[in-house]
Amino acid sequence: MTSNALTLSGALRQPEMEGNNQFLTFMLDGETFAIGILAIKEIIEYGSLTTVPLMPVFVRGVINLRGAVVPVIDLSARFGRGVTSVNRRSCIVIVEIEGEEGSHDVGVVVDAVNEVLDIDAAQIEPPPSFGAGIRSEFIRGMGKIDGQFVIILDVNRVLSVEEMSQVAQLGESAPAALPAGA
Amino acid sequence: MNLDQALITFIAESRELLEDMEAALLRMEGQGEGDPETVNAVFRAAHTIKGSAGLFGLDAVVAFTHVFENVLDALRDGRLAFGGELAALFLECGDHLQGLILRVEAGELDAPPPPVEAELLKRLRAFLADEGSKKAETAPPKTQLPREKEASVRPLGGNGVQTDHWHISLRFSPDVLRHGMDPLSFIRYLGTLGQVLHVQTLSDALPALTEMDAESCYLGFEIAFASEASKAEIEGVFEFVRDSADIHILPPNSQIEEYIRLIHELPEDDLKLGEILVRCGTLTDSELTRALADQRAGEEAGAARPLGEILVESQSVQAPVVDAALDKQQQIKTQKQQETRFIRVDADRLGQLINLIGELVITNASAQLQAQRAGLSDLIEATSSMARLVEEVRDSALSLRMVQIGATFSKFQRVVRDVSRELGKDIELIITGGDTELDKTVVERIGDPLTHLVRNSMDHGIESAEVRRARGKPATGRVILNAYHDSGSIVIEISDDGGGLNRERILKKALERGLIEPGHNLSDREIYQLIFEPGFSTVDQVTNLSGRGVGMDVVRRNINELRGSIELDSEEGKGTTIRIRLPLTLAIIDGFLVGVGASSYVVPLDMVKECVELRGEDMAKSTKGYLNLRGEVLPLVRLRELFDTRETAGGPRRENVVVVGYGDMKAGLVVDALHGEYQTVIKPLGPLFSGARGIGGSTILGTGDVALILDVPLLVRVASSHEPALTA
Repeated sequence: MTSNALTLSGALRQPEMEGNNQFLTFMLDGETFAIGILAIKEIIEYGSLTTVPLMPVFVRGVINLRGAVVPVIDLSARFGRGVTSVNRRSCIVIVEIEGEEGSHDVGVVVDAVNEVLDIDAAQIEPPPSFGAGIRSEFIRGMGKIDGQFVIILDVNRVLSVEEMSQVAQLGESAPAALPAGA
Repeated sequence: MNLDQALITFIAESRELLEDMEAALLRMEGQGEGDPETVNAVFRAAHTIKGSAGLFGLDAVVAFTHVFENVLDALRDGRLAFGGELAALFLECGDHLQGLILRVEAGELDAPPPPVEAELLKRLRAFLADEGSKKAETAPPKTQLPREKEASVRPLGGNGVQTDHWHISLRFSPDVLRHGMDPLSFIRYLGTLGQVLHVQTLSDALPALTEMDAESCYLGFEIAFASEASKAEIEGVFEFVRDSADIHILPPNSQIEEYIRLIHELPEDDLKLGEILVRCGTLTDSELTRALADQRAGEEAGAARPLGEILVESQSVQAPVVDAALDKQQQIKTQKQQETRFIRVDADRLGQLINLIGELVITNASAQLQAQRAGLSDLIEATSSMARLVEEVRDSALSLRMVQIGATFSKFQRVVRDVSRELGKDIELIITGGDTELDKTVVERIGDPLTHLVRNSMDHGIESAEVRRARGKPATGRVILNAYHDSGSIVIEISDDGGGLNRERILKKALERGLIEPGHNLSDREIYQLIFEPGFSTVDQVTNLSGRGVGMDVVRRNINELRGSIELDSEEGKGTTIRIRLPLTLAIIDGFLVGVGASSYVVPLDMVKECVELRGEDMAKSTKGYLNLRGEVLPLVRLRELFDTRETAGGPRRENVVVVGYGDMKAGLVVDALHGEYQTVIKPLGPLFSGARGIGGSTILGTGDVALILDVPLLVRVASSHEPALTA
């Protein structure tokens, strides 16, 4: 599974100085999104995913990342746009999230990974209060690339383990979760 | 919180000493008298803490312990009579010391001492004053010298030198710094016993800079020291380096020969040493000349004095002091023996080892799988013998983390003592099964829930003495802590012989709170289980089962977090037994791998009773949710339905039932395939899945896939529950 992995440790994580301006762009349901490069640990091929029952749809499951069990999130489902379908170019981007209780690794399913781009701070607009189709607190800014806008995600918000587990627990207490009396 | 290694050791040791001390004090209190052995044990604990604290310059600890120790000393010498008041005071002192150690750990020792310290000191001093006044009454004024003076060495007259201070020669071993001790702190601590008049540092042993090892100590010290302290006390200062350092302590007004011998014994040049002694003010010039002349005369006489004679001459050491020193040596020897049997290991390192073994287990499973796929019989044989070894390594690594629960239990002696006073009830604690072993991480986390349960039993379980007498029970209530192993779990029981739970009251309360629907027939056990529901415990008057902020639901949650469970038996008027069932370890278990749809799940093997195939006619019945297992009704959980497997289209051709048991409940898990035994390393699922129900953790299979571990206790509860509201 990890044999085809594209590790970012060397080429992409090294320039810490300008790392703040570097973003990984990826496709999700035909739309381009970006994540700050510093949060990204690696990108692996989609596969060998174990679903965890009774979890909300946006929790795709867990994978074995060299001995660690890492949850995988379906961003599209998280934005309420339906489950991402897996294709040949599907990838899992491993992101490090700063939570209240330290950092965790979380995987994100994306349709395709595009490239790493430099986006100047001047080219980043503040998030619009509406109209982006996703909750505005998930957006760190709107990056302008060749006259096109890409949504730069605030991964610590989008993938906040605290918030997601709350959603998971709410979903779990719904009547259908455990069949009464089995 | 950046403490160096030695201080961490000090904190750990002080904790242990304080625990021992508390146990000893409780024993004394129980007996109503202090037998010398126990008093000595308490004294030693206080003394060692004081000594070590002195080394670290923890003056707040030293100052308090010193007074405490004085009172203990008086008790040890029989100058104070042991009584309940004293025992209570000592226990409080122990608590205060514990508080001080906590502050050392938190690095806030500079904070002003809590008001309790002043109060404790006052009470301690009151005992000392008592003792002093008694002594004044009985003893004639002539002998009313300070005690230390009595014990100190009497000058022998004659050839004695004029100086009236101690002379101490210190030659630390080169390793002293590496052992985590700072020579300077010894001298500083010495200053607490008296006045350091002069320190002469000897740097003769210092090698050339190129050869010098910065971590070695090359220095020696000659110290002139004025103090009322006894020789034993001064020796005590150097207790921690006595084995490795070269220490000579000469009392005031010693024979001049003593000094000569000292000069001889020390590695430095005689003449230079003589000058140093003069400079320290220990010897006068003329005394030195005389001494050197004497020495030459002796040499000329050609009679090297035999060692025995020198020893006889050392009568400047009093007999009792020698005895004490010998006693101490004996003690240290026995301590050494015990030390060699135990190794203090950093818990993190142990954790790392266990993690690595976990990886080894996974890798080995993968190797075995590959061997089977390749179909090479030699390779299969090799991997399976390797698997056996890995299993043994795993078991012994895990056993390293096993500790007896007895230490945790005996802490409750104190809790029971304090709470029974607070409540004005007479309650005794009986401990059985203290040698039952369980994982250290579990032990650490079981303390709080246990405390709550024990307090609860005492507060609400055991009746007041009058009620007890009226019911024909002995006036002394009884709380029993018991532990034993039972099919891969450890069971901890807290039972009391109190009034038991009132079934009707719980039922009424639960109806009021809407926890149950009216008209349901609940078994006693189900009713008792209600007190663990959130919202039940927060109201205290009505249920009279809760209090103190931590509810029974919190206890249950704590236990569940340890993958354990809790249940309760009660008989009205006879008492209550709470049973906590915990897994033996949190790291690696033997699992049983089953398949449901495309997913694999692991059932802890300890809980698997048997497996049966679900045949045609049973299959039809099983949809009703139960199975006839040799005439027994076995409730079933269909994992396929429960977990709402996404590829539900087309059920499996064959289904199997894994019969699992937990406590005395049984249930059948309906699965598609049985894959067999599997060594499982438990990987936590992380906070995201903290709400996942039916899943206890995850593991990695030989194929590299993740398999989920089933939370059997919950599934069994779901299966056998008639009351769905309980599981919501």
